[in-house]
Amino acid sequence: MISAFTNNWQNFLTGFGWTLLSSIVALFFSLIIGSLFAILEVVPNKALRVIGNIYVEIFRNIPLLVITMFFYLVIPLYFVKINGFTAGTIGLTIYTSAFIAETVRSGINSVDVGQMEASRAQGMKYTQAMRYIVLPQAFKLVIPPLGNQFVNLVKNSSVLAFVAGFDLMYQGNAIASQTFDTVNTYLVVGVFYLIITLPISYYMQHLERKLA
Amino acid sequence: MQNWIDAYSAVNLKFLLQGLWVTVEISIISVVFSMIIGSILGIIRYTKIPYFSKIVGFIIDVIRNLPLLLIIFFVYFGLPAFGFKPDTIPAAILAMTVFESMMVAEIIRSGILAVDVGQMEAARAVGMKYTQAMWHIVLPQAYKKMIPALVSQLISLIKDTSLATIIVVPELMQHAQVIYGQNANYIVPMYLALAILYFIVCYALSVVSKIIDRRLA
Repeated sequence: MISAFTNNWQNFLTGFGWTLLSSIVALFFSLIIGSLFAILEVVPNKALRVIGNIYVEIFRNIPLLVITMFFYLVIPLYFVKINGFTAGTIGLTIYTSAFIAETVRSGINSVDVGQMEASRAQGMKYTQAMRYIVLPQAFKLVIPPLGNQFVNLVKNSSVLAFVAGFDLMYQGNAIASQTFDTVNTYLVVGVFYLIITLPISYYMQHLERKLA
Repeated sequence: MQNWIDAYSAVNLKFLLQGLWVTVEISIISVVFSMIIGSILGIIRYTKIPYFSKIVGFIIDVIRNLPLLLIIFFVYFGLPAFGFKPDTIPAAILAMTVFESMMVAEIIRSGILAVDVGQMEAARAVGMKYTQAMWHIVLPQAYKKMIPALVSQLISLIKDTSLATIIVVPELMQHAQVIYGQNANYIVPMYLALAILYFIVCYALSVVSKIIDRRLA
């Protein structure tokens, strides 16, 4: 297993880098998009709530692979040429944002309604109360589930391998098919994924216990 | 327009539904196995047998934190090195079962933790053995609490079967690829069909889960 790594360490590290980059970019954008749709799901306006719900339900119930392949195949057909990495990251962002929206929404709902009412009674507008009073408390509550979403995101980023996204899984496959040493190559790939996912997942378990 | 009509010809639709059936079959078989294995592993982790539970717990955490796609590759391309060469569908079922069992184990463990310890203590106090108290008192309550989590796990399992297309398992995604492989004009209609079919199955399950949850609450 060690020689499987040392013989191809550049490729593994390149893959690791692309996996990290894709995960971080997708996390950043899906946090923004997810939070926006979470807010849409709780606003008083019914039409906006319906829009928020439709977005979340659609993208939570369609496989990530279908979304990713759609972007990879269809966007170049009618619009611009995009590479596998971009298509994969867009797919990851959209898919993850639906889950983040659900997580953040449950956070907002678990903030006591009295907080919103009190801020409105003080003369704050709805958006101000949301921005300064409710959301900061909600985000604190949802840090552990968001961390778990990030772990899922890193694992899911392996779909980039389907669209030649240069990531760990893709590099692993390339190495495995060259060296025929499938077992050791996939073990090394697994270790690299665990380097990211295990510490986060243990830290989130620790946080959950502390908050409970 | 003609493309759409051709793409959704009776033959193609039938082929898609055959794929959907394989998806459902793989999901059901994997979920049954992983419920059994996951329950055993979850209980082992919960009962804190010295060393043994820690080791099992670590294995659960390691596998849970790996991509399912990697496990599929490992089963299909890695196991032959050990002299075991599964066919595509059994390989997919094996990989899904290994992965989902670990997910179920965690759900079971947290479900048991959510049952008040007083239940176990009271059962022991009236003379039940540990295994009896677990089987008749704690587990039934735990499973009730776990239904939403287990159903959402089943939903993600159904979505994840699409990954098995990489080892050419004849499931829904793969059948769609076969159809649009014949004609690039079918790509958009096929992805629309995929989205709709997966959505119907997964959304229906989530609705059922909500209804059960409300009934039991």
